[in-house]
Order: sequence, then structure tokens, then C-alpha cells
Amino acid sequence: MTMTKQRTRSLRLPTPANLGYRFNWAGRIGLTVILFWAVIAVIGRWVAPYPVGEIVDFDYFGPVSGDYWMGTDYLGRDIFSRILMGARYTVGIALGAVTLACAGGIVLGMIAAVIGGLFDTCLSRFLDALNGIPSLLFGIVVVAAVGTSITVLILTLAVIYLPGSYRFARALAVNVNTMDFVTVARARGEKTSYLITREIFPNIVGPVFADLGLRFVFIVLVLSGLSFLGLGVQPPNADWGALVRENIEGLSLGAPAVVFPCLAIASLTISVNLFIDNLPTKIRDRSD
Amino acid sequence: MPTDPLVTVRDLRVGAITDASRKVEIIRGVDFDVAPGEIVALIGESGSGKTTIALSLMGHARPGCFISGGSVRVGDFDVTGLSERARRELRGTEVSYVPQSAAAAFNPAKRIIDQVVEVTKIHRLMPRAEAEERARELFRALALPEADSIGERYPHQVSGGQLQRLAAAMALVGDPQLVIFDEPTTALDVTTQIEVLRAFRSVMEKTGMAGVYVSHDLAVVAQIADRVIVLKNGEIQEVGATEQILTAPEHPYTKELMAAFEPVPHVPVEVPHSSPKPILEVEHLSAGYGGKPGAEPTYRILKDINFKLERGRNLGVIGESGSGKSTLARAVAGILQPYEGAVQLDGEELKPDLHERRKDHLRRLQIVFQLADTALNPAVPVGTILGRPLTFYHGMKGERRERRVIELLDMVQLPGALRHRLPGELSGGQKQRVNLARALAAEPELILCDEITSALDTVVGAAILELLKDLQKDLGLSYLFISHDLSTVEAICDDVLVMLNGEVVEALPAQKMSTEATHPYSKLLISSVPKLDTAWLSGLEQDPELVARFTNR
Repeated sequence: MTMTKQRTRSLRLPTPANLGYRFNWAGRIGLTVILFWAVIAVIGRWVAPYPVGEIVDFDYFGPVSGDYWMGTDYLGRDIFSRILMGARYTVGIALGAVTLACAGGIVLGMIAAVIGGLFDTCLSRFLDALNGIPSLLFGIVVVAAVGTSITVLILTLAVIYLPGSYRFARALAVNVNTMDFVTVARARGEKTSYLITREIFPNIVGPVFADLGLRFVFIVLVLSGLSFLGLGVQPPNADWGALVRENIEGLSLGAPAVVFPCLAIASLTISVNLFIDNLPTKIRDRSD
Repeated sequence: MPTDPLVTVRDLRVGAITDASRKVEIIRGVDFDVAPGEIVALIGESGSGKTTIALSLMGHARPGCFISGGSVRVGDFDVTGLSERARRELRGTEVSYVPQSAAAAFNPAKRIIDQVVEVTKIHRLMPRAEAEERARELFRALALPEADSIGERYPHQVSGGQLQRLAAAMALVGDPQLVIFDEPTTALDVTTQIEVLRAFRSVMEKTGMAGVYVSHDLAVVAQIADRVIVLKNGEIQEVGATEQILTAPEHPYTKELMAAFEPVPHVPVEVPHSSPKPILEVEHLSAGYGGKPGAEPTYRILKDINFKLERGRNLGVIGESGSGKSTLARAVAGILQPYEGAVQLDGEELKPDLHERRKDHLRRLQIVFQLADTALNPAVPVGTILGRPLTFYHGMKGERRERRVIELLDMVQLPGALRHRLPGELSGGQKQRVNLARALAAEPELILCDEITSALDTVVGAAILELLKDLQKDLGLSYLFISHDLSTVEAICDDVLVMLNGEVVEALPAQKMSTEATHPYSKLLISSVPKLDTAWLSGLEQDPELVARFTNR
């Protein structure tokens, strides 16, 4: 009886349900779209029908056609190719920056909550001060000082968004820190690293991930802002935000050149949030 | 002459669907009536469905649950047949609800009076001035001090017992026919509980409303209810007049409930390796909050505490909330650094600061907290919770650790499969057992038990005490047992300390506590413990001056 049961189990596919997880449809759709864009970011260079900077059409703001699937931009370049090429900047830079910002913010926030006292005060005030600098201005100064490159962009954006993430995580961690189970762990003699990773982090992970999703959207926007000022991704390459900005005049002409980058941004940001709000959850009603 | 019942419940069924789409039945076909003006108590352990039944009288089911069958009729209303919109009309005017935790039920940002009269505003029953006048009458009827002005305060500016009575005023202001009391005194101290019970009883007698009183405490129910319904697993076990249930219970489960209430005298255990040194010795211990560490604190909580606990013996610490019982446990465990005095474990000096204590000292002295809900990390499965001290103190890993976790669960009489579950999926009693098992994992010599049975109902609490005794026999443990419940302390302790305002006012053997206590506060505490006797509350005479002096009210 048990033998057959085990055999059937070993043949089952490792779907979320079989691994003891529940993953609803909204989350699955989100993950699918994210994976799709991630793949495009890697292979976009080879599947794009035209080179990214080449003017292929004599008409500007051309309509959707068999040759140009998403129309052409204000210089007559193929939007489809530019979106495929832009994916790597938007997905790569924004994802990289948001990961750095949130990882840093969350870890520092939890440490500050656990250690408290002077360390907490100093770190909090320092990051508050950092928060006070307007984000675009900060970006301009950094880029003016050290020049622009993808690494600089990622780091700059990460620094801009770290204080907010820190504040958020610290506020949550302070609440968890006062719970008895943390006191029990302290009374056991546990170190700070154990307290933050095992006792506090699992209890703040939900809200913190929701915050990460929001921050991702903001970073996409600031990145396009930087690109508009000529400080972000350098022409002829462009991230999606920059594509929207440079084709914004096409809005009055009903050009697809402005619509499609918008759709790309929307699909990615909505998917990230869908996925984060609907992460797989462990099925807890198990009979064994 | 039998009158028509006010409430008729027939074949009530409440179900829920779990996250694996499995259907479970919480209430399985319950029938009962409540006559007008009658108070019926629903009694049973946690998970028996008493609150679920009480809520269904308002047509309410908690999220995830639904009324799946049967009928509930209150007055002229068919509650189960009504739409949600129509039920809203019913709530507050026909049926109202007094929650367990009044502190959580009041909005801290609004004045009390605004919240009390809110029902009249929602249902447009009467003008505001009239409603406030009525509220003040109720405050007086509930024996609240400064009835005319207490409503102007905010919830944090009144005591817990007062807030509970204010919550009752909120429920009564709409002049309902039926009031549901959901464990309204469970969270209160014994001396406060008496006051609240008295107020409830007199106001219910005056207004002639019917009531449904949900509780797990038979002694409390004995003071207020006319009839008792005993529940287990969503089914009625026994129904009877209060007197009959108390004196001649028929159903075995009711007998079990009664038995759990009888204090079992504690027999000290003989520990083979009796070392001459006491396991715990506390000398001139003083601690408090605020101020710089090491210096005298702004708020002194513990003042010059001295006691000795011999190996294999149990010491009880009793007192009301705010007496410093828990602070004592924290100071001994090093969680709160004492600024004066010494703590010795088995003759070895313990450093005041937790971080400076040796790992071996930390291991030998474990602390178990009152609320297993907050003492167990809700995001981590039981197996990991129990496994950590094994890895931390004993360096166990993998298979060996897993086996030991199952052993520990077995020690506290839980099935090994429970290790995959999260704490949120356990019952209160199971959580407390896990909480205890985590302390046992360290293989301690002394366990500080901070009110570990206070949040549990009588049967479960008695089972935990039994378990503690068994473990003591097998492992030779010693307990420092903190509680506000005298019968619990009597059941497990050899000696008792009575604490008041951070000082030990009396120390005596547990056996002689009720007979030989001399300090007036000890006597007050002992007389405040409810007895299984319907006439106890009416016959209870306490010196009001004494009560006022010791309870700061």
C-alpha cells in the first residue's frame, strides 16, 4: 500500500501543488510575463529584425505594418527592434537596482531594529539625510562626477532607493523584535545574524516584497527620467522609459511608437507586482 | 407556564473550507433555546465551537466559515434566512455582543462615549443627548466610577476591568433582547473579575435581558448563568440547570471538566542526586525600567527580592498583573538586567547581563512564556523551532536532530507529524506544549514558567500541569512557577511567594496557603478565587477599603 503510494508520488511532476505549494493564476501569469521579458533581455539582440540605431523608414511615426510590427519612431527607426533591445536595460538595470536597494535596505533595517540604541539612531539619521536629496539631482551629480555606465546607473539608483526600503523594513522589524519568540531566541544566546535571518525576516517578508514591487516601478520611471536628461542609457540604445519620452510628440498623431513602449512597461511592472502579491504559499492543511 | 423562547436554534451547522479545499464541520447540529430574561452559558474548551455558536446568533460567521445548515431564530427574526443587509438591522438593537478583549474592541483614537453611543447613531434610535444620558445611566448601573465623566476619557485612560464594563455598556445601549458575552472576564485579574461579574449580574437582573455567556470557567459561569450548555467538538454534551451541572453532572465530559477544576494537592518528588546547593538562589534582587544600564532605573519594579529554590522543588510566585511577577522571571533569566543583587544557579554566580552569561548557564536555565501565540515564531514550522536549541546547545544535525525532535514532541504528548505544521495551525494547548518542548530541548535543570497555563482553559491547563509533574519525575527538573491563579499554584508548587508592587509580602508553603496566610493581601487574593457554588458571589464579603488599597482602583 505504502509502496504504491510512494511510486505514484515519484512519478508526479514537480508542479507547485505536488511540492505542497499553492500558486494561484494571477501569480503564474505574472511570473510568465517576467520570464518572457527576461528571455527577451538575453536574446533580444539576435531576434531584433533591424539594428537598433538604423533609420529604416523615410516616414516618421509610421503606422503598424508588415515590415515594422510596431510602427516607426520620430526618426523612422523600427520600434519593435528598439523595444527588444531596450528590454535588457529596463529589466537589467531596474531589476539590478531594486535588488541592491531592497537587499541593502532590508538587511540594514533589520540590524538596526535588533541592535537598536546609538547604532540605530546614527544609521537612521544618516539615511534620512540621504533621503532628503532629490533623486534626479543626486543622479545628475553622480553621473556628472564619474560619468555614465550601466554599473554607475545601477549603483546610483540603488542608493537613491535604499533609504526608503530601510525605513520600511526597520518599521516592520521593530514590531517583530518585541515579540516573545525573539526574546526567547535572545535568552538562548543567539547572535544578531541568526535573529535577523531566522526570526525576523520570515515574518516581514510579505510586506517587504510588496514594497519591492512598488520600488521596481519607481526605478523604471527614474531611469527613464535620467535617460531623458541624457544621463541614463546612451543613444542609440534606449530603455523603455526613454522610448516613451522621445516619442511623446507622437501622442497627438496617434503613433504606435509611443503606445507600444508604454505597453511593455505596463506589462512588466504589473507582472512584477502580480507575482509578488501572489507568491506561492505552502499548503498548510496536510493530513500526514 | 412555559413562555415562547426568545432564541431558538435548530440543527445549526457551521462549516469551513481549508486552503487545500477540504471541507470541515465546526458545529455539527446544535439545538437549544433561550427563554426571555434567561442567561445561558456555553461552556467548553477552546476549539469546542462556543464562540462560533454565539456569533451565529447574530448571523455572523468568522472569515472562511459559513453557516451551512439549520436555523437560528431570535425574537421575530429568522437570522439564518435574512440577507446580510437585514441582519445589520438586527445587530446592536436585537442582539449585541461583548467581546473577550475590550482593549482590542475599543478604538484607541476616539472617546469612549462616542463609541458607546455609536449603535444609537447607526440605527437612528434616539437623539444624541438622550443616548448619552442612557449611556451614563448604564455606567452607573455597571458601578463605574465617575459615571458622568468617564465617557469623556480615551480607552487607555481607564483600567482593564472598567473597559470591560464599558464594552458591556456599549452592547446594552441599543436595548437589545439578547446580549452575547464572549469570555468577558477571562483576561482579568481575580479581584477585578469579581467586580465585573457583579456589575454584569446586577445590570442583567435590572434590565431583564436574555444573555448567552461564553466561558471555559465553570466557577465564573456558576455565578451568572441560569442554565449551562456543555460543548465539545461542536456538539452539545449536556444541558442542564447550573445547580444540576455543578452538583450532579451526568455526561463524562462534564465530570472531566469538574475534575479539572478540583485542585490536586501537590506531592513533592524525590530527586536522587540531591546536591547541597539550591538550584536557584536570589539575593537582594532589584530591577526596573528606564535610565542607564547598571544605574538605578527610573521605574523600580522589583525591590529587594530574596528566595531560595532547592533542587527538585517548585516555587510558586503569585500576585496580580503589575505586581512584578514576570519582571522577576525576566531578571532571573537576564533578559532584564537587574541593577542590584545576585542570582546563583546551583551555587554558580550568574552574570546580570545575558550576553556575558556562559552558554552552559543559559542552557540550564530556560524560560517559558505565557502566550505561546507570540512565543513561537509564526513563520517557522514546529520542527525547526524545536530543532534550533538542539543545534545551538548540543550541535545536533540532520537525522539525529529530526529523531530528537520527534522524541521531544512525544515527551509533551504530541504526535511527531506535528513538526511540519506552523504554530498558527495548532490549538492553544498544543502550542503551549511545543513552547515547553523547546525549553526541554535545551535539557535544562530549572524552568521559569511565566503564567503558562493562564491563557488556557481549565481542562487543557490541568493537562499541562500533569505533564509538568510527569516531566519533573522523569527529568528531575525544578520549576519557578509564576501565576495569578491560586489553584494552579497549589496544584504544582511546594512553596509560594506572594508579590505586591514588586515586593514579596509573604512566603509560605503551598499546602498551608489558604489556612495560614496572614498578610491581608494574600487573604484578599485567596478569597477572590471563584468557587463552584452558585451562591458564592452573592455571599462573598470583602472589605471594600482593602480592595481599593491593594488594587489601585
